[in-house]
Amino acid sequence: MTKILTQHFDEPKLHELETYRRLGGYKGLEKALGMSRKDVTEEVKKSNLRGLGGAGFPTGGKWETVPPEEKSPGPRYVVVNCDESEPGCFKDRVLVTRAPHQVIEGALIVAHAVDAHDAFIFVRGEYQNQYDVFAKAIAEAEGTGYMKHCSMKLMRGAGAYISGLDTALLETMEGKKAWPRQPPPFPTVFGLMGRPTVVNNVETVSMLPHILVNGGEWFAKIGVPKSGGTVVFSISGHVEKPGVYEFPMGVKLREVLAAAGGVRGGRRLKAVIPGGTSMPPLLEKDLDVSMDFDSIRAAGTMLGAGGMVVLDETVDAVEVAHIIGRFLTHESCGQCTPCREGSAWTERILERVLDGKGTPEDLPNLTRLGENVAGKVICALGETVGVVTRAYMTRFPEDFKKRISNG
Amino acid sequence: MGKTVKYKLNGREVEAEEGRLVIDAAKDAGVEIAHYCYHPGLGNPGNCRMCLVEVAGVPKPLPSCRMAVKEGLDVRTDTEMVKRAQAGVLELHLVDHPLDCPVCDQAGECGLQDYYMKIGQYPSQVREDKDHKGKRIEAGPHVMLDQERCILCTRCTRFVDNVTKTHELGIFSRGHDGRLGLAPGKVLDNAYSGNVVDVCPVGALTDRDFRYKVRVWYLDKTDSICPGCSRGCSISVHTNTQRPWHNDGKRVARLKPRFSDVNGHWMCDDGRYGFQNLDTDRLGKVLTLQPEKAELPWADMAEELAGRLPGATVVASGMLSNEDWAAFKALFVDTLNTHDFYFSAEPDQLGAEDDLLRRREKVPNLKGAEALGLRSGSFDQLAKDIEAGKVSCLYVIERDLSKVWGEARAKALLAKVPCVILQGPNKGALGDLVHYRLPTTAYVEEEGRFTNFEGKVQAYKKALDPIGQSRPDWQVFQLLQKAVSAGRIKKGVTA
Repeated sequence: MTKILTQHFDEPKLHELETYRRLGGYKGLEKALGMSRKDVTEEVKKSNLRGLGGAGFPTGGKWETVPPEEKSPGPRYVVVNCDESEPGCFKDRVLVTRAPHQVIEGALIVAHAVDAHDAFIFVRGEYQNQYDVFAKAIAEAEGTGYMKHCSMKLMRGAGAYISGLDTALLETMEGKKAWPRQPPPFPTVFGLMGRPTVVNNVETVSMLPHILVNGGEWFAKIGVPKSGGTVVFSISGHVEKPGVYEFPMGVKLREVLAAAGGVRGGRRLKAVIPGGTSMPPLLEKDLDVSMDFDSIRAAGTMLGAGGMVVLDETVDAVEVAHIIGRFLTHESCGQCTPCREGSAWTERILERVLDGKGTPEDLPNLTRLGENVAGKVICALGETVGVVTRAYMTRFPEDFKKRISNG
Repeated sequence: MGKTVKYKLNGREVEAEEGRLVIDAAKDAGVEIAHYCYHPGLGNPGNCRMCLVEVAGVPKPLPSCRMAVKEGLDVRTDTEMVKRAQAGVLELHLVDHPLDCPVCDQAGECGLQDYYMKIGQYPSQVREDKDHKGKRIEAGPHVMLDQERCILCTRCTRFVDNVTKTHELGIFSRGHDGRLGLAPGKVLDNAYSGNVVDVCPVGALTDRDFRYKVRVWYLDKTDSICPGCSRGCSISVHTNTQRPWHNDGKRVARLKPRFSDVNGHWMCDDGRYGFQNLDTDRLGKVLTLQPEKAELPWADMAEELAGRLPGATVVASGMLSNEDWAAFKALFVDTLNTHDFYFSAEPDQLGAEDDLLRRREKVPNLKGAEALGLRSGSFDQLAKDIEAGKVSCLYVIERDLSKVWGEARAKALLAKVPCVILQGPNKGALGDLVHYRLPTTAYVEEEGRFTNFEGKVQAYKKALDPIGQSRPDWQVFQLLQKAVSAGRIKKGVTA
């Protein structure tokens, strides 16, 4: 099985500069610095690398939307998004703890590609250990001369889920409340302090050194036609061996589950949340779905950030929908009304249904409510509440009916 | 101005400036789009999601406050998609709203009520209990906060952050727990605090002065100019005459700013609450007070005064309109050949100034006098002249000398003048010590023009009827001028 990011994870001291370099680290950056900015971007475009933070936007294409110096004179920034907050996702945590230099090297490659002289790593507030690892690694890298073209600073979040969204993250960095901005303009045009800013996920930038060393074509071949390379899953829930697993893009869900030891205790599979709890679940019938951005979208859900949660037959879909609804209500930033009110109302209805006090009107009302929010909000969080609730209602109608008829 | 482009609005081809926000361009074309968070003076965060419109080729509705007009844009505000979207968002605004309209001061001018009638009118599906938050929070001396009614549109926080830069208000806590509140240790007491009531589209921020006085649908509104300082902000005078037993019997209920180049969208609290004494201490009768109090018809009074005016010393103020100043000049300069005027702003009419609107001179129209070439002498010199017995007749127009010189000193000085005439809307502290009292109208009871400190001439309209026999100052001056001229003809004197 091809591994890229986790290939050396058996090395106990991979987080140290010396080990990382011994295993070929910083060769990608050295190569990139010897290339023109345009060539670096071209190589990345050739690789079909797509944003692994959840959106799946082509990485090279994103860089290209940064306006050229003559159109937008002044500083431009690179921000590595390490605000991993989606429930079910913990791959960034492992990638950072085990291979911080891989992230730093990748970020420095982005900086070269978009002509930025300042890079930031924004670390989730709760990730104290990862922050310390980064701090140490940056200090090590500063001594090597790799950072001549670009400085690197660490910043920490204050514990808001929505900070993981690029525009909310930028607001947080500016010292404001984590309230997403209404695009357009997008961050590559109007980002940190109003300057063009590339925000890339930890996993995405970690891929870059390997693409530069081995070439874009090599990377593209590993994956599926429109999505190159590998993807790292955080697998949790009712499996025998939860953990972080790397697979080529397009791996079958069945193979992923098998690698994680299958469903715990030989129970029957009920559902698999593929990309973090904001994504609608896949069912047993979907076991042959190919795990890449486009195939999974065709199956009615999203690859997201690879936070796979496996649910066995003991799970009640109403409870799951309520837990996710409660989380999203708690984490809604409250800026735009449909999300703020829609999430809270959904949660309250679900809570009533959970308590056995639901009425038959509640289900169509939940659907209607979700539709009223969808497409009318600034960021994706608000939309998620309705989409997820609806997904559990349509996939597991019997669980909902049971609750309502019991009441 | 950017270049003019053509775009389609509800199928109709319309012209607009390229880059203008669709919500504004549509308004120019006569199509009002529902909105809460957008305010032309406060920006367009796009958080209320009410101003959704349909754009050809886009599958979901888009906020028109975040969209610029460009050539060929095809926007619709009247489709099923738009109606459903707006009604759906409105429903969400109202999920946790207390619906306490019967006791809410905003009722009648509330964005939630208006849009519910216009685009809502759905049956309620809310079975859940509403959240309770703070109902009566004294945000500051002028503003009351009701957190339950707040829709978190952030207009008020943007006002205190970006306009006054005083940062008293903020949205605290996150998501559905979010609420508008005062920043720790702060009170909403900046010089422009009343504006947050105006910008609040719902009943979350109400005016403590106006609260519970009169329902807004009983108010009449008249365009006017604030007389509170030489800025001359455009205002709207809201009067309560349909229900005279409301508003504690006062005729003016409140003042609101009106958009203009002079003041933008705002007005200061000094101006906003400066109408409080309008109905108290008023003069309504034409009186002679000495040797004994007697009421006179205006014509008789004019004849009586005609003989006393030659050689009179005149005190006035920047409260006079351009029309008043013109008649003033015709009477005193052209007819009586007097130049002995005192009308400059003294400490009684000077106050705080800032970069936003407030000007140091707290009267609206000193420029009007200046434009006619009138010059003011010094009040110190006037006091010395009175002390020295050089003033035989003192004609005081719209000025309370007790505020210039202090009450005791003013009384002592007035006692030395053989003839004192008081003309104005208010009696003031010295009103009983004068010989003649001529009642004139307050600015809300007349129409006229003020010239502001920049030289801009602005008209104000009549909102209320005059009290008693009072009439505008310029009419009094004209009457006196005629009486003086008639007296001369009788005596065979030519001017």
